[in-house]
Amino acid sequence: MSKMIKVGMADANVCITPDALTTLGLGSCVGIVLYDPVKKIAGLAHIMLPDSTKIINNANKYKFADTGIDKLIEDMTKIGAGRANLVAKIAGGAQMFSFSNNLEMMRIGDRNVEATKEKLNSLRIKILAEDTGENYGRTIEFYPETGKLHIRSVGKEQKIL
Amino acid sequence: MSELNLNGMDNMQYDVLREIGNIGAGNATTALSQMINSKIDMKVPKVELLEFREVSEIVGGAENNVLGILFTLGVDIDGMMMFMMEKSASRHMVNLLLGEGQDTLDEDDKDNNNTKKEIDDKEFTEMELSALNEIGNIIAGAYLSSLSSLTNLTITSSIPYMAIDMAGAILSVPAIEFGKIGDKALMIETEFGNFEKALNGYFLLIPTLDSYTAILTSLGL
Repeated sequence: MSKMIKVGMADANVCITPDALTTLGLGSCVGIVLYDPVKKIAGLAHIMLPDSTKIINNANKYKFADTGIDKLIEDMTKIGAGRANLVAKIAGGAQMFSFSNNLEMMRIGDRNVEATKEKLNSLRIKILAEDTGENYGRTIEFYPETGKLHIRSVGKEQKIL
Repeated sequence: MSELNLNGMDNMQYDVLREIGNIGAGNATTALSQMINSKIDMKVPKVELLEFREVSEIVGGAENNVLGILFTLGVDIDGMMMFMMEKSASRHMVNLLLGEGQDTLDEDDKDNNNTKKEIDDKEFTEMELSALNEIGNIIAGAYLSSLSSLTNLTITSSIPYMAIDMAGAILSVPAIEFGKIGDKALMIETEFGNFEKALNGYFLLIPTLDSYTAILTSLGL
């Protein structure tokens, strides 16, 4: 029996096929899927903020794009994923409200996406697909068996990346 | 009372915050009830200290299609206030306010998921969106003015910002603000509604940590 493993906000999880990973209702947060296509091992982190060095209280590593990705790679190699095999798919980083007077709050989704890409680039992990930005929430599911990322949004057709 | 420690809050502090929810939401509920000329009840407020991974589940599940109206707070209290309803309930409420199609959810349809889905899929018109914003404005005003007179603090709110989407996605916005200062979110949550008419929703008051301290200090704690 395959399991669907849930990942909450500022949280992460890993799985081996036939299990799959999901995170529900991604808003301005970013869902980062790392995947080893050879071993069919996947990891999913649901990060909330771009940069751990800008925040004093940074105990929870999965809260940030930078430390979240590092920790996720660590978790995945622990269960047998090959560091050199890893590729990425990312989704989220929406702007849920159109704040007119607060630029910093308005851009948090974009900044999360930028920070995620920067970090993945610096680690030379290729981003195979992304569905980011815009102004709507996303529920994502990742299946290591197929390597496909399924994305659902309210009132939209399901996307498969 | 100097600093509020989220993990070490005592019962007295919880009680006071619950009472703030009671008074604020009580006023807001009265305002709402008068506006739509329909009976509105409220439940006992919950003061919850949540891990982020639990936050998106509070309003009926992360994927629940909801209307969220968000206000940022200013002057003596920083933070956010949010008014959330299931989309079907907000449709029903706007119909009551504008006096159109009052039977959107009649007795037979209540358990009929198709009907609920149809209501969910129907887009709001400009007029309806503006009416919902106004509902948000009035009830947030009622909530905050009672909080302000109770604490003698000056509290202002921004214009309403609205989104209709998955509850988890909407709640990520206040959660991120909390994420900047800690690993948990403290919120005062009050469920209100006409439970027979599927009109229920939530008021969430989400002050920053410093503002909790300001509120408690102002009340002599």
